[in-house]
Amino acid sequence: MNLHEYQAKGLFSRYGVPIPRGMKATSPAEARAAAKQLGGDVWVVKAQVHAGGRGKAGGVKVATTLDEVEHHAGEMLGTELRTAQTGGGGLPIHSVLVEEGLDIANELYLSLVVDRATRRVTFMASSEGGVDIEQVAATAPEKILSEAVSPVTGLQAYQCRKLGFGMGLTKDQVEKLGKVMMGLYALFSDSDASLVEINPLIVTANGELLALDAKLNLDDNALYRHKDLAELRDPSQEDMRENQAHEIGLNYVALDGNIGCMVNGAGLAMATMDMVKLHGGEPANFLDVGGGATAERVTKAFKLILSDQGVRAILVNIFGGIVRCDLIAAGVVSAAKEVGLSIPVVVRLQGTNVEVGRTILSEAGMNIIAADDLTDAAKQVVAAAK
Amino acid sequence: MSILIDKNTRVICQGFTGSQGTFHSNQCIEYGTKLVGGVTPGRGGESHLGQPVFDTVADAVDETGAEASMIYVPAPFAADAILESVDAGIKVIACITEGIPVMDMLKVKAALDGSDVKLVGPNCPGVITPNQCKMGIMPGHIHKPGKIGIVSRSGTLTYEAVYQTTQSGLGQSTCVGIGGDPVHGLNFIDVLQMFEADSQTKGIVMVGEIGGTAEEEAAVYIKSKVRKPVVAYIAGVTAPPGKRMGHAGAIISGGKGTAKEKFAALDAAGVVTVRSPADIGARMLEFFV
Repeated sequence: MNLHEYQAKGLFSRYGVPIPRGMKATSPAEARAAAKQLGGDVWVVKAQVHAGGRGKAGGVKVATTLDEVEHHAGEMLGTELRTAQTGGGGLPIHSVLVEEGLDIANELYLSLVVDRATRRVTFMASSEGGVDIEQVAATAPEKILSEAVSPVTGLQAYQCRKLGFGMGLTKDQVEKLGKVMMGLYALFSDSDASLVEINPLIVTANGELLALDAKLNLDDNALYRHKDLAELRDPSQEDMRENQAHEIGLNYVALDGNIGCMVNGAGLAMATMDMVKLHGGEPANFLDVGGGATAERVTKAFKLILSDQGVRAILVNIFGGIVRCDLIAAGVVSAAKEVGLSIPVVVRLQGTNVEVGRTILSEAGMNIIAADDLTDAAKQVVAAAK
Repeated sequence: MSILIDKNTRVICQGFTGSQGTFHSNQCIEYGTKLVGGVTPGRGGESHLGQPVFDTVADAVDETGAEASMIYVPAPFAADAILESVDAGIKVIACITEGIPVMDMLKVKAALDGSDVKLVGPNCPGVITPNQCKMGIMPGHIHKPGKIGIVSRSGTLTYEAVYQTTQSGLGQSTCVGIGGDPVHGLNFIDVLQMFEADSQTKGIVMVGEIGGTAEEEAAVYIKSKVRKPVVAYIAGVTAPPGKRMGHAGAIISGGKGTAKEKFAALDAAGVVTVRSPADIGARMLEFFV
């Protein structure tokens, strides 16, 4: 689960990580009032969406008058923001963050992730902040420093010093960085985060360190023990069909093609998409119906796939395993009847009672094609979608 | 020989009396697994599926001499269950549970550092040595004793590789599902090392997927240490970046962990890679004709 910048900053503040003074607004008038309350003579209006790359896409604007604040907020609110990270579509802007403008002397990068290779929560830091960190990794990897934290001892002060002096900070700034890092690590651990990123972490003209931006992603598997954080979820920033799927216990990811895929198991689901592509088709989705491919789940999965208007044919690939193929076949047929399926469905079943299953499919008198094997299934569905 | 488990392995089940534990323990007993008991806190002293139930893993180990445990307890309690097994002296643990928080697994991994306990999973189908011992949720009947070792991050995709190597007559020595989570127990290299040393295993199938760099690391290892033929497939060529493809670990992030990179690394290491999972069995058979 992802949080908005203003939500992440609220948590930062609670953990002693300095942030610019700012207020969330949901209308231009509110934005103006916020700027007035903050005072000063320069403000930044930032669109609150779950995507990076907002600056380049026009989602971050500087204002020097209250009229300008109101104007920028009015132009953003109620529209959609498309950035390099939002894929094809845009994300709706329902709120903006109005912050005080700051005098920036230096921009750094600081993040915390779970490093799969070392199996440690790991800090990454760079003196090259404010730009795309992947670009720094590609062009100047020596400028990215990392420090893995032992789950036994937790973050140690020397690790903060290593990163601070490594980025060329002064002694005073290194001490401030230490407080930021300690706060972030505590936040990361306490909230079961999967990513905390500050880009940029700025050094102001006065020598203060502040999180100018804030990104915080949480581990979905741990949300059960963070009810307060789970409430911060904003479904408007997520794919509607993916949300529906999630609610009925299916794993679904929308893609751009026209061949709907329904598979049991995540690995096999990915492999099925790859086979469709290999044989000249384009998958419309990733869909894992899970281990228990019951008639009820298959029906729900069909409905979900068909809610994508672009789908021209469906490939059902089930490796029965412990679940019997005749039961799955009966489920596919009843689901197809219930949703009034009109497009061709290619079904590949493997496992116990597969022959009975195929007979059920071919005798259903519907537009269901029983495939012999994986390759045959992929070829048949690609042909059917044309 | 086989790896990890065989017909003499004494197995217990944690989460024994729950619906998953009951169903799959029953399947394992029918398959021939030497299931000597199970653990459900508060149900100690009862009998379930004809086997004794214990309150703690320590009791189960004391009474039955169990060396291996399969875990079906719900995600919030699974890390605790793994650590309880380790503490009780269990040597092979297959954790089937899906959805364990990453922070919990980091602690488990730290606790396992330097120990000789072999953890398979979590979020995996388990481990099976055909016709000897099944510890997990895989359909036993598609397996056949033989010469191919299979190691995979995915469940049903593993069954494809198993089914194909059974159809081609090669059969399997042992099949290990290492799991789809970003932080898990045994990794590809651990299992490759065991297969390389195992006399029954003559060839190895490796099934990877997008996310992380485990396949790239395995490629380097294979190049220098593995003499047996390896056939590899990587799922997720068509997966878009930034989207989690079902498994928590299957995500391309920051442009890293793509199937293309993994195929390239394996090709460079001399591994036979197949672009279609339907070709795994046929390609492996070519080494043995």
